[in-house]
Parts: sequence; C-alpha cells; structure tokens
Amino acid sequence: MTINQISVFLENKYGKLSEILALLGKENIRIIAATVADTSEFGILRIIVNDANKACRLLKENNVNANLTDVLAIITESAAGTFAATFALFTKAGISIEYMYCFSVREKSILILRTNNKESALEVIRRHNLEYITENDLINL
Amino acid sequence: MEYWQEEIETMSRDRLEALQLSQLKQTLTAAKNSPFYAKVFAEKGVSVDDIKSSNDLQKLPFTTKDDLRDNYPYGLACIPLKDCVRLHSSSGTTGNPTVVLHSAKDLEAWANQVARCMYMVGIRNTDIFQNTSGYGMFTGGLGFQYGAEKLGCLTVPAAAGNSKRQIKFITDFGTTCLHIIPSYATRLAEVMYAEGIDPCRDTKLHTICIGAEPHSEEQRQRIEQLLGVKAYNCFGMSEMNGPGVAFECKEQNGLHIWEDYTIVEIINPETLEPVPDGVIGELVLTTINREAMPLVRYRTRDLTCILPGVCKCGRTHKRLARFKGRSDDMLIIKGVNIFPIQIEKILMQFGELGSNYLITVETVDNSDEMLIEVELSDLFTDDYSVLQSLTKNIVHQLKDELLITPRLKLVGKGSLPVQEGKAVRVKDLRKL
Repeated sequence: MTINQISVFLENKYGKLSEILALLGKENIRIIAATVADTSEFGILRIIVNDANKACRLLKENNVNANLTDVLAIITESAAGTFAATFALFTKAGISIEYMYCFSVREKSILILRTNNKESALEVIRRHNLEYITENDLINL
Repeated sequence: MEYWQEEIETMSRDRLEALQLSQLKQTLTAAKNSPFYAKVFAEKGVSVDDIKSSNDLQKLPFTTKDDLRDNYPYGLACIPLKDCVRLHSSSGTTGNPTVVLHSAKDLEAWANQVARCMYMVGIRNTDIFQNTSGYGMFTGGLGFQYGAEKLGCLTVPAAAGNSKRQIKFITDFGTTCLHIIPSYATRLAEVMYAEGIDPCRDTKLHTICIGAEPHSEEQRQRIEQLLGVKAYNCFGMSEMNGPGVAFECKEQNGLHIWEDYTIVEIINPETLEPVPDGVIGELVLTTINREAMPLVRYRTRDLTCILPGVCKCGRTHKRLARFKGRSDDMLIIKGVNIFPIQIEKILMQFGELGSNYLITVETVDNSDEMLIEVELSDLFTDDYSVLQSLTKNIVHQLKDELLITPRLKLVGKGSLPVQEGKAVRVKDLRKL
C-alpha cells in the first residue's frame, strides 16, 4: 500500500533543480511523478522514480540532501467527486493530509499522499476497500 | 577656540610625554599589586626602574583579552575590592567574560574624559543630551550619562530601542544632542520622516555622537543630512572604561586620543613591532590614570593608524584614523561584539546541521544585517514544519547568545565553498 518517495532539499538557487534532474537522467532514473514545494528560503522536491533506492544512493553520493519517505498511493476514478469522497473518509477517521499530489492515467487518478498517521490511514484504506497501487505496478504503468 | 581643559588638551608634546612617563611609572608600581601583573612582571623581569623614557614601554609585556578572561573576575584588581565602586562586564557567554573594575576616582576621571570629548564637539551645559545606549553592563549607557552630567547637560537617559518613544522625548524635551549608534541614527531618522516629522525643522537636534559600530565617512554624511546635525565619531571600549577614549574634534579629521589617560602605540600584529605614523596596525593602549585596574599594553585588536601632522583645533593629543577593521575575527554589529566561535558553538549543537557555515554581514537599508548560511547534515527530513521549526530554534538560541537576531538560511550539503586551510567563515560586505 505504501511506496517509496524521494525527498530532496532544494536551495532557492538558480539552476539547482536542473542540476538534480540532470544527475538522475544521466543515470537512467525515470521520474514517474514529481512535485516541488517552496518556502521563501528553500524548497523540497518530491519524486517517485523507477528505482528509488538507486536514486537515493546516487543523490547522497553526489552530496545532495535526500531521503526516502513512504507515502500512500491510492487509485480513484478520474471523475467529479471522487477525490472528495476519498478524502471525506480520511477526515472522518480524524486523519490530516500533510501533502498530496496526483496524476491521471487512462481514466484513473493516482493520488500520492502523506498523512499525519500512517497506521490509521492504512486502516481506512483496508476498511473501505480503497483501490491502491503497489510500487511495482506503478513503475510498470 | 574653547577647551574643557585647555592646559592639558594643548600641552606641548614634550610636557605631555614627560607627564606620560611619570604616570606610567605610577601605573606600573600600582599594577604590581594585582595577582596577574605581579606574576607577569616577575616572570618577565619587569622593573619600574628600567622605565626611563617612553621608548622603554616596548620592554613591557602585552596584555590580551584572554588574560582578562583567564583572570576573571578579580585577578587584575590592583586595589582592595572594598575600594572599588563599580564593575562592568562583557556580555558574552562563550568562555569567561571580561571584567573591568573602577574606583570612585576612576569613575570621576572617566566622567571627565567623556565630558572633555563632548565639550570638544560643542556640547555645553545648556544642551539637552539624550543617550540612546543600553544602560547596565554596556558602558555606552553609564559612561555617557556621567560624562554629560559632569559637563552639566540636562540628560535624558532614554536607553536603547523604542523609536517612537525616543522621538517623543526628542520633540517634547527639546533634545539638542544624542549619543547613538550610526545604524540606529539612520533608522531613527527614517521613522521620524515616516511619522511626518522633519528632524531638521521639527527638532532642536544639532550635535550627535556616533560610535560603538564601524561606519564609513559616507554614512556619517548621510546621517548629518538626514538629521540636520553634525555627527562626531567616538571610540571607546569596555576594557578602556568605555566611551571617551578617543573622539573627533570639530575638524572631523581623526579622533584625538587622550594621552594623559592612555599611551597609544600602533604595532604590526604579526611582528608586534611598532609601525610609523600613517601606517595601519593594531592599536595598543596602556592606561596611565586608572587605579582599580590598570592595563599595560593592552592589545585592542582594532586596526587603525596615527594621523601624521598637527590638528588645526590646537589640541596636541594624537589623532587616530577611522577604524579599518580588526586583527582578529571579532565583528561589531549594532554595537555588539560578536566572535564567530560563538555562532559555531551554537550551530554545532544541532545534529541536523553539517559543519560548514558562512557568516555574511552587510548593510541593508542602512542597517547592519547578519546572514548565517549553514549546510544540512545527512539527517534530512521530508517535513517542512521540522525544517522551519529547526530554523526558528537555531535563531532563537543564536539570539540568546549574540543579543542580535541573525537571519538563518539552511543550505544543501556541499553548497558552501569548501574550506581549505584556514577557514573563511565571515564575509563582511559593509563599506568601511
């Protein structure tokens, strides 16, 4: 139910993101999903890749502050109201969403999300039989 | 031309040097009463009888800030504590602070020294003098207070901060003179203009004493224009009492250092040999009229030179050039002395941080700002709030230590210049 996401500390500095992406590209790391969040002082790049362990090792070897975080990957129909219905279940269970990003593939939406309580979130997924995707399936999409 | 003490201020060099020699001998005799100098003089074989001319000063050992720290708090006291009436201590918490002791006679002499400076720049007993220095351990507070009272000014001990209150005092009380740090002078002027007060038109300010912070000639002129005043550079340091050590006269060309109070030397900080007038070196001062805690050849670490030639004002006491920096890594920001090691000690307490950091000091909107960039260690978190509260926590601890609030920027590992050999931790971009 959980998949590995790489988080990278990004200085607010011209060319920094390009530099990191180029590094990954050169080593044949394919990026499946990505998001960048920023504050005034720094940003965090979050990516799902085809080989998280390799990518993380690679970044660290190149002196980039990075780590692996496990996040949830839930599948919904790409239709009006589906996100709302899913999130209502988490809200009802007292779970907060720390961050979320999503992408759509063939009428399906894949939600990558991190909550403040992983165990409770997994329980919600099991109890309501929410569709999710494994890391292996995600990589082979 | 008017002088506070004409005879002393315009004394011939010969007479002044003779006076210095006799006071130096008295000082050395008194200094032996302190545990510290008793030991040092015995070790170095210093005898007062060996001092026959001012050149013999070079036979004496130097005193450093570390000596003051190592002999904290009373190791340099030359008279019994019952005869001391005040002490001032530095604020740092890194290692031992320094302590300077004063007898009643010392305080009287210090007040006279400050009064002499103030009189020199045209401040009179008809003036209303507002002191914006912090009171307490910071010598700019009480030092100017007693000097201004000695001179007979109506003094307003406003102390530091709260610009609106300062402005209210200036306008309500008809303040004519200020003692203020240069960056705060520009700040105060800005607040006045923002409040619709034109200091040139709506206040009676005419003379201000600016010091405790390095500043450029351009900054002085700016302050003079903004406030419609004459601004005079003053130099002091807590080890040498505080304010009043050296002060500009109306010529605004160098700071007269009162040679009946201190013997001034400029040395090459590497070879420790004296340098000629006009050559920049480290200022070394010997107190010659202090009884509680005289200091012999104290290495101030401030870099300056003696201006050659005589001053048009008629005073014979030597003039120091505007200060050029430090021979150690101490930074002076908003009147506060900061050593990079203080910052390093705080940063190194955080496991989330790496060991590479860079301190940048620059002038932003006429105010000195400190930016500390520090690399993260491997312990990286995905969580923003963790990074933000980490930043906040570090800044909080730095503020407690430094007494000023720096800006902190977390940067990625390897993004600061790699330090080879002697690490360059400080970039001072202020124009001096």
